[in-house]
Amino acid sequence: MALEFTDANFEEEVLKSEKPVLVDFWASWCGPCQMMSPVIDEVASEIGDVAKVGKLNVDENAESAQKYGVMSIPTIIMFKDGKNVKQLVGAQAKEVLVEELKNV
Amino acid sequence: MKDLIILGAGPAGLGASVYASRYQIKHVILGEEVGGYLNEIHKIENYLGFEAISGMELGMKMKAHVESLGGTLKQETALKIEKIEGGFKVTTNKEEYQARSLLYAIGTSARKLNVEGEKEFLGKGVSYCATCDGPFFRNKKVVVVGGGNSAAMAALMLAEQSNNVTLVHRGKELSCSPNYFDRMKNSEWITIEYNKNIARVEGANVVERIILKDEKDEEIVVEANGIFVEIGSIPNQQMLVDLGVEINKNGFIVTDQAQLTSIEGIYAAGDITTNSNGFRQIITAAAEGAVAALEIFKRLK
Repeated sequence: MALEFTDANFEEEVLKSEKPVLVDFWASWCGPCQMMSPVIDEVASEIGDVAKVGKLNVDENAESAQKYGVMSIPTIIMFKDGKNVKQLVGAQAKEVLVEELKNV
Repeated sequence: MKDLIILGAGPAGLGASVYASRYQIKHVILGEEVGGYLNEIHKIENYLGFEAISGMELGMKMKAHVESLGGTLKQETALKIEKIEGGFKVTTNKEEYQARSLLYAIGTSARKLNVEGEKEFLGKGVSYCATCDGPFFRNKKVVVVGGGNSAAMAALMLAEQSNNVTLVHRGKELSCSPNYFDRMKNSEWITIEYNKNIARVEGANVVERIILKDEKDEEIVVEANGIFVEIGSIPNQQMLVDLGVEINKNGFIVTDQAQLTSIEGIYAAGDITTNSNGFRQIITAAAEGAVAALEIFKRLK
């Protein structure tokens, strides 16, 4: 299962993580986000211990979404050593995400 | 081998499944997104039985209805369709499925503007889904491109949270329904620009302004942080074209009154077909799905 990221745990869980982190920015009003949700869970189980994978609800965690300039959802950002290293807009295939995450 | 594979989980595919279940047609629905394009509709006010409902909620209700009758939905992406002995084989990103018949109902995708800055600012102010991304533009200036119902709906929705919405239309008259037009005209927050095209999208890191061109080729600058593109759709028919199914000059799948395509055993329903007089509505999609299910039932018997 994917983790849940929030404004409160973002620094600890994402920015200070020793492993790369995938963050899925989503909201309940967004249809394509609903479609991505199970895909993100699959990415989490497939990638195993190599990276962290989680979801961030932009409605409840506006600060993080704003900080990274999220203006369209779903947006997926991959972080490494606290930096935004890859940003993907729109729904993505699981294979693409796993591959990108392995390579960040 | 199943009786039927339904490709697409929008109103056409789900509508077909309801009838297929009642006719005891063994089937599976393969779709990327339950509800399909419904999910991008902020408010639906023209589907019989619902005075006003969000697209996503209606999609969820349709899904629940399908599942209550025993329909199986798989969130998978179909990649290839092949003709096999006695039917068809569909390969998805996860599995392979075989069935005696096929209903193709995967709808359409948003048409792009193809102007400078559109790709570059995707997710930075350029959007194809006002329902998804509108909330990020609260109290900001936005532009909506298009003249049909989708554009009108987007403008009206955006005007609920922004006091500066500019609708840009290339023609001299909108094609949206009169009630949308009246609501836009009565909104103090919506301005309509006729006879103008989008020349390009500009900004530093995010969208800052939209450059329009009028019929004299003169440029007009509109300050805006968001641009919502609602200029129609293009049919996702490639997999059927590869099989040799006939399409019309606009790319829609040619179907007969019973939703049969030019290939025996392959049916199509919803926004992707030439039926319902090109009136791409939820009610017509669901109806085409129902008609197809009946025909498939007759053929399997």
